[in-house]
Amino acid sequence: MNEIEDLSIEDELCTQISSVAATGGAIEIIGGGSKRFYGEPIEALPIDVSAHSGVIDYDPAELVITLRAGCLVTEIEALLAGHRQMFGFEPPCFGKEATIGGMVASGLAGPRRAYAGSIRDFVLGVKLLDGRGQVLRFGGRVIKNVAGFDVARLMVGSLGTLGIILEVSLRVVPVYETELTLAYEHDNADDHLRWINELGSEPYPVSASMWSAGRSQLRLSGSEQGVRQAVKLLGGEEIAPDWQRLREQTLDFFDPGLPLTRVSLPPAKPDMFPGKTQLIEWGGAQRWLSGDLDIAALRDAVAAEDGSACAFRRHPAGVPFFHPLPGAMLRLQRNIKSSFDPAGIFNPGRIYPGL
Amino acid sequence: MSLTRRQKLASRFREFLAGESVIDQPTSLAAYECDGLSAYREQPLLVLLPENIDQVQQIMRLCHEQRLPVVSRGAGTSLSGGALPHAEGVVLSLAKMNRILEVDALSRCAVVEPGVRNLAISEAVSALGLYYAPDPSSQIACSIGGNVAENAGGVHCLKYGLTLHNILALKVVGSDGEIFEIDQRSLHSDGYDLMPLLVGSEGMLGIVVEVTVKLLPIPRCARVVMGVFDSVEQAGDSVAMIIAEGIIPAGIEMMDNPAIRAAEDFVHAGYPVDAEAILICELDGTEEEVVVQIALVENVLRKGGAVETRLARDEAERLLFWSGRKAAFPAVGRISPDYYCIDGTIPRKALSAVLAGVRALSEEYGLRIANVFHAGDGNLHPLILYDANNEGELEKTEELGSKILQLCIHHGGTITGEHGVGVEKLGEMCVQFSEPERNQFHAIRECFDPLKILNPGKAIPTLARCAEFNAMHVHAGEVPFPDLERF
Repeated sequence: MNEIEDLSIEDELCTQISSVAATGGAIEIIGGGSKRFYGEPIEALPIDVSAHSGVIDYDPAELVITLRAGCLVTEIEALLAGHRQMFGFEPPCFGKEATIGGMVASGLAGPRRAYAGSIRDFVLGVKLLDGRGQVLRFGGRVIKNVAGFDVARLMVGSLGTLGIILEVSLRVVPVYETELTLAYEHDNADDHLRWINELGSEPYPVSASMWSAGRSQLRLSGSEQGVRQAVKLLGGEEIAPDWQRLREQTLDFFDPGLPLTRVSLPPAKPDMFPGKTQLIEWGGAQRWLSGDLDIAALRDAVAAEDGSACAFRRHPAGVPFFHPLPGAMLRLQRNIKSSFDPAGIFNPGRIYPGL
Repeated sequence: MSLTRRQKLASRFREFLAGESVIDQPTSLAAYECDGLSAYREQPLLVLLPENIDQVQQIMRLCHEQRLPVVSRGAGTSLSGGALPHAEGVVLSLAKMNRILEVDALSRCAVVEPGVRNLAISEAVSALGLYYAPDPSSQIACSIGGNVAENAGGVHCLKYGLTLHNILALKVVGSDGEIFEIDQRSLHSDGYDLMPLLVGSEGMLGIVVEVTVKLLPIPRCARVVMGVFDSVEQAGDSVAMIIAEGIIPAGIEMMDNPAIRAAEDFVHAGYPVDAEAILICELDGTEEEVVVQIALVENVLRKGGAVETRLARDEAERLLFWSGRKAAFPAVGRISPDYYCIDGTIPRKALSAVLAGVRALSEEYGLRIANVFHAGDGNLHPLILYDANNEGELEKTEELGSKILQLCIHHGGTITGEHGVGVEKLGEMCVQFSEPERNQFHAIRECFDPLKILNPGKAIPTLARCAEFNAMHVHAGEVPFPDLERF
């Protein structure tokens, strides 16, 4: 891969941040804008960082790729696919303009999350621009690295509130030799939840699972032999895969006219929403609800089960987007935010007030 | 430190701890003077052995009030001096908190106290067909709390990840004695993800008092093949060729000739003592897929220049092949009065260059080095053989170790893959990180521990320490490796 020598965009951003910091302003960091819906709305000067793109280093045998944050997710996935590799966490794009920076900052992962790991699990290093206009590097390009606190991984899901991600090194994984999808009838969610969790105790090559409208789907990925043997043991009806539409939320379940709520729960928790329009994935850990609901009451109910709820799409204005944090934890996280961004320049209030 | 202060504090702690849980006699304190890095020793004021979370909270409240440094300690197997006591502070040993609290077979997780040994978790759940994946070589002895503090790895982490990847929740007592929790059993966290900060924080951000670990189904089949090579370069290249085939081995380890000889003398694993390098490659999965992949790997090894490949015939031989690798450190301990273990990680493609550099340094310093290598993830463990009884040899060894770490940084790597910074690699931290980066580490620490009482003096060097290190290592105004790219 070509090393990109042009640092002009980085320099420009540094200058811009320093001047915003000096004048007491704030900015909204924009990559592709595909995940702008994810979090509280921000009133700040939008700054487009998507021009900061380019592959810095990719050596397939190292299983590591280093990218500027403005790279398009779809282009990088195509590059990886050319070497029979991929991102393990199967990130949703929600638009072809999605960037690597936005992917890392949002921390959103797709159907393979429960089986292959989160974006955080695959981040090895970042280069970021902090609120003082300084360029900092944490982590590196190697898989094992315990020098200093793991700040690189802290960036995942921080929604741009700690700094501008300039570059990121990610571990990649080989593409599976083979993949197929099986379907099973499970009338109610509890049948699915019990079945999918019991399945987890056996070393089947599961790479995704989903339940909605009385039907479970299971994706098996791996070697020819491993998958074939699992099919023999698991039975089920082989069907055409629909995982791409789950990942991008274009399945019929995701009705573009209705509010969408994401509930996160320990995977084996029994169904809490019988009778509601529900889609369950990640082996039971991620449960989507489509339709109007009282999110405050829902949050109380799921918190009692060690879960949380996110007002993911189309909830009324004024509803807190993310599940509120306990007071002491919010104070700790505000202090962490201030340590990177003392003047509160970056995406202020994107996650919580003061965060 | 006057005895009166020690005695006064001991009586305060005895208000809520059993008498024998407060160690204040110098003869008993001696057992806690060092961890696995025995070159560094310090006597603490007191050693405290709480039995439950409530006692840990009370200890922290008193230490907070008294501004007493607190060094938490698990099994004391750290190789970087992470649990080295502070002369003015207490050692908080979690050894008595060693119960497995809950095993949830359906959710495939276990809630354990920090003093539980790594291997004890897998032993406790094996009847369910489950195990805890990270397996540092010290897994018989090391505790899960220590594993969390150091983000311990092991020989299977290329495929199964580090400690971070196998932890679902932590309960932590903060520096002020208050509890906070990070619960990611739902595969989600609200706000910032603090798990990667806590895991690997070397006891500087809180006292881990409860750990929820992920359990995995035991693979149906695991087989090992050994490749024998005339050169370490060919062995290294073969690793890249295996990965290029799309195979992620469960474990892939390399040993060079001195390490092979030492291990063979010790455990008689049947290693070829004339080989320049061996690769031990483990594949796991279903019987059918392992048979196919083993054949593929054998083929790649031969194509890569292996003069011989040996397939472990049965489970006994598989364990025998591993026993030599797992016993490499003590094996080296048998052929030298002392040895010093280095823990750099490099991009795999830099292996030949780094090993050549290590050889040159070995000759320059006149000290023998044996190399063991987690080949899949680039984590290199050169073992420097020395004799501490020879005047100045420890200092020479440390200098050589530092040179090797700087070589790793130079080749795009890092100074510690899995052993932690501790007290040992503070100087090299000044090379790997810039001042603003180190300041950010200090700032994060102060968010959790404003009084800086948790494991002070470890992991992150102060400005003064770096000035001192640079003064020692910068000659005639020249920084080592001026073209250094640190990312």
